[in-house]
This record gives sequence, structure tokens and C-alpha cells, in this order.
Amino acid sequence: MDRFAWFKWQALLADWELFAGGLARTLTTSACALGLALLVGTILGVLGTAPWRVARAVNRVYVDLIQNTPLVTQVMFLFYALAHWKLYLSTFAIGVIGLGIYHGAYIAEVVRAGIQSVHRGQLEAAFSQGFTYVQAMRYIVLPQAAYVVLPPLTNQAVSLIKNSSILAIISGWDLMHTGDSWSAETGYYGPAYVLVWAIYFLLCFPLATWARRLEERIARTRGGEVKPA
Amino acid sequence: MTGSALELLQPHLLAFMGKGLLVTLRIAGLSILLSFLLGTLIGVIRYSRQPVLAPLAGAYVEAIRNSPLLLLILFCRFVIRGLRPVDAVTLAMTLFTSAVLAEVVRGGLNSVDRGQWEAALSQGFTYMQTLRHIILPQALRRMIPPMVSQFITVIKDTSYAWVVGVEELTGSGMIILGQYGSTAQFFAVFGFIALVYYVLCHLLSRLARWQERRLLWLSY
Repeated sequence: MDRFAWFKWQALLADWELFAGGLARTLTTSACALGLALLVGTILGVLGTAPWRVARAVNRVYVDLIQNTPLVTQVMFLFYALAHWKLYLSTFAIGVIGLGIYHGAYIAEVVRAGIQSVHRGQLEAAFSQGFTYVQAMRYIVLPQAAYVVLPPLTNQAVSLIKNSSILAIISGWDLMHTGDSWSAETGYYGPAYVLVWAIYFLLCFPLATWARRLEERIARTRGGEVKPA
Repeated sequence: MTGSALELLQPHLLAFMGKGLLVTLRIAGLSILLSFLLGTLIGVIRYSRQPVLAPLAGAYVEAIRNSPLLLLILFCRFVIRGLRPVDAVTLAMTLFTSAVLAEVVRGGLNSVDRGQWEAALSQGFTYMQTLRHIILPQALRRMIPPMVSQFITVIKDTSYAWVVGVEELTGSGMIILGQYGSTAQFFAVFGFIALVYYVLCHLLSRLARWQERRLLWLSY
């Protein structure tokens, strides 16, 4: 197949540093975005189980709005809206914020389901011992929820790595964008896309497999399962 | 730039956005329909534990699921030749969604007790009859929630089509913004786009909840 001719692979190999740079950008973006998403998701997930109606409403509105509109639209909005406000952030920062906000909504649902899987009696017992609501959450409920939410959180991390390819639409020089612009320049689409695919696969497949095994183990030991809503 | 958002209320602009919406619906509708069929087939094959076909189905699912949709869209657009951009996107979304749905189908089938197979086979049902009349109907109810959330993802992901130049909903908005680019117009256009996606996704989840309840009724 001429689309995958040997000399095209050689050209790809010669420019390996470009792709290594793209991979580094994908990894740093994903790591920072995951940190932000965990922060946003944990706070909103806790709000979603809070005994105050306003807190639960904040959770509902956030999750509803973010989950029902596309990531592409959100990131493009962020990209242009900031420019309208004369606020010029790097594409890296926009990617981190956009992905953090988007996956924060999904992680909020995971965290909410995790908290609800911890028996209510735990919270009541903590209150009876003089814990405040925040203390009870911090020291009693969240540590127990952490174990069961680990598999769905890992799945979110996998999904976030894949979605970090969104950087390509704002010229963020991540792996996807590197592959796309390199192949647009050389015309060697075949090898570039195969390489990019292989790297994403090597990042995602082990994580996804680990998450599935862990989920099965938790289901066996606990006799139940926790899935994001 | 100080154009008012009201300038956008012109028939030809609304018609342009409407055309974009139709493209979005076309890509989403076709992808959902085709990937439902292909995904069910692949899921059943992977569930069947056939010696050669099942591992192939597994490899397909894992290869597709563990890479970005955008990559597949670019692949179908630039490596496969002779497809219109809109068809390349539909093909990519169908291939991608089939892999996800195959896992949903397999998960649903796995949730049905194996004893149901033995009972049906002992009553003289063939393999296909058991699958069709005993196993799939029971699995279907458990498959609906994750399937619908995937369909919602399909609707949202159609926005990637704009990346390869297909003028769907998001793309139409971006084109209009090229001419009407004041801050007020920018927020009006993006607000409108977000609202349309929001309404589409909500309608779908409503429909699914209604259907789920109806199936629950029928199962009594």
C-alpha cells in the first residue's frame, strides 16, 4: 500500500522528537486537567449529597449544563470568550481549564455515587461523636468512598487522556495536533496516524484494563458495584 | 466591534443555523442507527466466545475504544479516499460508537444468568432462538441506560465534524461569527448553540426514561 510506504515511515522516524514533544504536552495537559477535574468533581460531588437544597441545586445545574453540551463547543467558547475579554491564556491553560471543567462534571457524578454507597449510619455515627459535616466528610465518608470510586475515576482518566486531543482544534501542539500538522505538511497521513494511535492505545489500554479488573474485584468482595450515573 | 445581538435575527441566518442543525441530526441519527446494528453484532460475537471471531471482535473493540474519536475522524477523512467529509465523519462515528455499544451489549448479555441458557436449550431452543427470544429481551432493559448515555455522547461528538470542515451546528455558528463578531453576538450565538445541544440531549434522555418504564411494564 503506497499510503504506508517504507520511506514515509523513515520520514516519521526522523522527526521523532516532534512526536515526543507532542506526547509530553498530552501527558502534562492530562495530568493538570485531571488534578483540576478531581478538585472540581470532589467539591461538586460532595455538594450533590449535602443536606442543603441550594448545594444540591448547584450540583444539578453544573452537571446538567456541562454534560449536555459538547466539549468541542465548550473549549471553543472558552478560547474565544477569553479573547473577547482581552484575557490571553496559552492553549495549554485553555485545554487544562476546559478539560477540568468538563470532566469535573463527570467526576462529580462518580463522587456522588461513591458517597451514596457509604452507609448513612457512618455519617450519623460521626455526627454523634461531635464531627462537623465537613469533618465527617473529610475523615469518615470520603476515605471509604475513595476505594469504590477508584475504577470509575480511572475510566474518567482514560476518557480525559483521549479527550485531551481537543487541544488539536486550538493548535495546542499535543500528540494529536502534532500528528495532524506533520501529516498535513508531509502528506504522509498513514504512518503518522498509526503512530499516534499506538501511543494513545499504550496510554489508555493498561489503565482501562486495570480499572476493569479492580471493578470486578470490588464487585466480588462487596457484592455490589458502583457505576457513575 | 459593537454589533447588537438582535442583528442576528435575520431569516437567512436562522435558516443557515437550521441547515447546520440538520447536518448534525443527520450525522447523529445515521451513526446511532448504524452503530446500534454493528455494535449489537460485535457485542454478541464477543459474548459468544467463538474461537476466531470473538478475539477479533475483542481486538476491534479495544483498538477503537482506547484511542480518541478525533483520530478516527481524521483517519477516515484523510487516509480513506473518495468519501465526502460528512460521510467520513459518519463512518468514523459509526465505527467508534459500535465499539462502545458492543461493550454495553456484552455487559448486558453477561448480566443474564447462564441458567437461562441451559433452561432454554433443554427445552429444545436453538442457539439463535435462545439468544433472540430469551436472552436479548432480558439483557435489553439493562442495556438501555448506558446505551442512551452513549447516544447523547454521539450527539455531542458530532461537533468534531467542524474540525474537518463539515458545516454542522457548531460550524454554522462559527461561520456566522466570522461576520457578526461583536461580544454580544458571540455570546448570543454560543448561547444558542449550547441551548440546541442541551435540548437535544435532554429530549433523548427523557425518551429513554419513558421507554425504560414502558419496558418495565411490558415485562410484568
